[in-house]
Amino acid sequence: MTKQQFTKIVGIQLLLLCTLLTLSFLGIILFDLFSKGYSALSWDFLSTAPRKGMTQGGILPAIAGTALVTLVATLFALPFGVACAIYLNEYAQDHWFTRLLRASIRNLAGVPSIIYGLFGLALFVEALHIGASILASGLTLALLTLPYIITTTEEALRNVPNAYREAALALGATKWESIKTVVLPGAMPGILTGTILALSRAAGETAPILFTGVAFYTRYLPGSLLDEFMALPYHLYILSTQHQSLEQVRPLAYATAVVLLGMVLLLNLSAIILRIRYRNLWKTSK
Amino acid sequence: MKRRTFWDRFYHRLFALAAGLCVLVLLGIFGMLLFNGFRFFESVSLWSFLGSSNWNPSAWGKATYGIGAMLWSTLLVSLGAMVLAVPLGIGTAAYLSEVAPGRVRDWIKPAIELLAAVPSVVVGFIGIVVIAPIISWIFGLSNGLNALNGSILLAVMALPTIISVAEEAIRSVPNTYKEGAYALGANSWTTLITVTLPACTSGLIAATMLGMGRVIGETMTVLMATGNANAMPHGFFDPVRTITATVAIEMGEVPYGTTHFYGLYALGAILFIITLIINLLAEGIAAKFRKQGR
Repeated sequence: MTKQQFTKIVGIQLLLLCTLLTLSFLGIILFDLFSKGYSALSWDFLSTAPRKGMTQGGILPAIAGTALVTLVATLFALPFGVACAIYLNEYAQDHWFTRLLRASIRNLAGVPSIIYGLFGLALFVEALHIGASILASGLTLALLTLPYIITTTEEALRNVPNAYREAALALGATKWESIKTVVLPGAMPGILTGTILALSRAAGETAPILFTGVAFYTRYLPGSLLDEFMALPYHLYILSTQHQSLEQVRPLAYATAVVLLGMVLLLNLSAIILRIRYRNLWKTSK
Repeated sequence: MKRRTFWDRFYHRLFALAAGLCVLVLLGIFGMLLFNGFRFFESVSLWSFLGSSNWNPSAWGKATYGIGAMLWSTLLVSLGAMVLAVPLGIGTAAYLSEVAPGRVRDWIKPAIELLAAVPSVVVGFIGIVVIAPIISWIFGLSNGLNALNGSILLAVMALPTIISVAEEAIRSVPNTYKEGAYALGANSWTTLITVTLPACTSGLIAATMLGMGRVIGETMTVLMATGNANAMPHGFFDPVRTITATVAIEMGEVPYGTTHFYGLYALGAILFIITLIINLLAEGIAAKFRKQGR
């Protein structure tokens, strides 16, 4: 074996090692959480409120809070984001406003999540007098997920072949009619995938809701959108760093982490499966 | 017919309006940070903010607002993360694009996506329960919550970004370059090291910077795993408190409209400007290599 062949084999193994190390992080996270968390998981844990200073009981209010706030975020971000993407892909010509718009979206995606929290506090909680609530947090998360929804929707729209648009226009449809009846239905799987990913991101975020409505502890389920709420990620943060008897509540923290991670991974897996299933949508129809 | 043209125009305007609102959000965030930041600099000079490393807003009598220790902590943790994540990320990207068979790739890429999807608070929790004991055991420390812990966790969070951008960059190198190297008798490893990677340096730099932009604004992970000591760190084994962690900790305790309150917005403004510069530079570099690839 020459020296060259030797370095090649070592080098390629090194690249493989990098990949395995990267994957091992995911392995460690999944293995540690699920192996230590599942023993504290029970129906009781999922369906009751915390008791005795959060040392016993479950996480139902946190599950409900996260579900509600994510739902509110999607309700606001989805129509807005899809409209924005339609403008970008179907209407916009290459001029200064389009370039400004694209630059804004790219930079919005890079804004740290805690800055969204500061913005939500200043705009929704204080300036608009919504107060710390599900609504304020949901709106803040909607802004955070907006760039993701726009980017994925735009890509889904771009994948619809132009021949479809032209065919609709040739049949006498107006531009809006061709978008409504041909382009949007064709882009639907892609939009759905992007929305699921945005949902999972919103569900896992903590920093943006920190100042806009999340509460340490609420005894009851939220009664209105203007109530404060408990959320899974914040609950995990509290149980793992802020609780007065950290060691005692560690099993509960593990179980909370399992529920949160399980939820996020399920959403992501379904998005991945959706994408694989519809990957060849436009290739086969050509 | 008239009705249809009306709706056609209506929806055109509606979509343009939504797009305009999008730009307004970014400008709004920027404006809000500047506005609240300026309120802060009415009572504290910019020089004492940037020049001092002592952040003690609740000191009785004379409150001090210096960003130095926090800024250094943020840079220390983020740079440490890059040192770990960049070689690992580029190695993985090279493996995925140059070595891995298609089917292996189809399994690894979704796994990396799942890694990117792990919520930051879960990563922080792993820092407390897995990484901290390992660090304190290896280095004989009483407590493993320090800058090193934060760097390791942030490296994990930066990896998916670095891998996907670096892979795109490596793929953008024209095949003719590699064929030229093969024709001269180089093997796949020599080609990768001497031709492919140097040809996409700008893309790899963009990958690094986007990864940096991602970790420098990360909040929950560093808040949970770095120990949060409000002091100038001397190395990776010291507990640190980053800009993001300071905002997260103190915003809940300050009364609305005080100097301290606006001070936290000033911290946010600094953070926003840093990430904006990093992202703009990275996008500029990335746009270049994308054009080059075609």
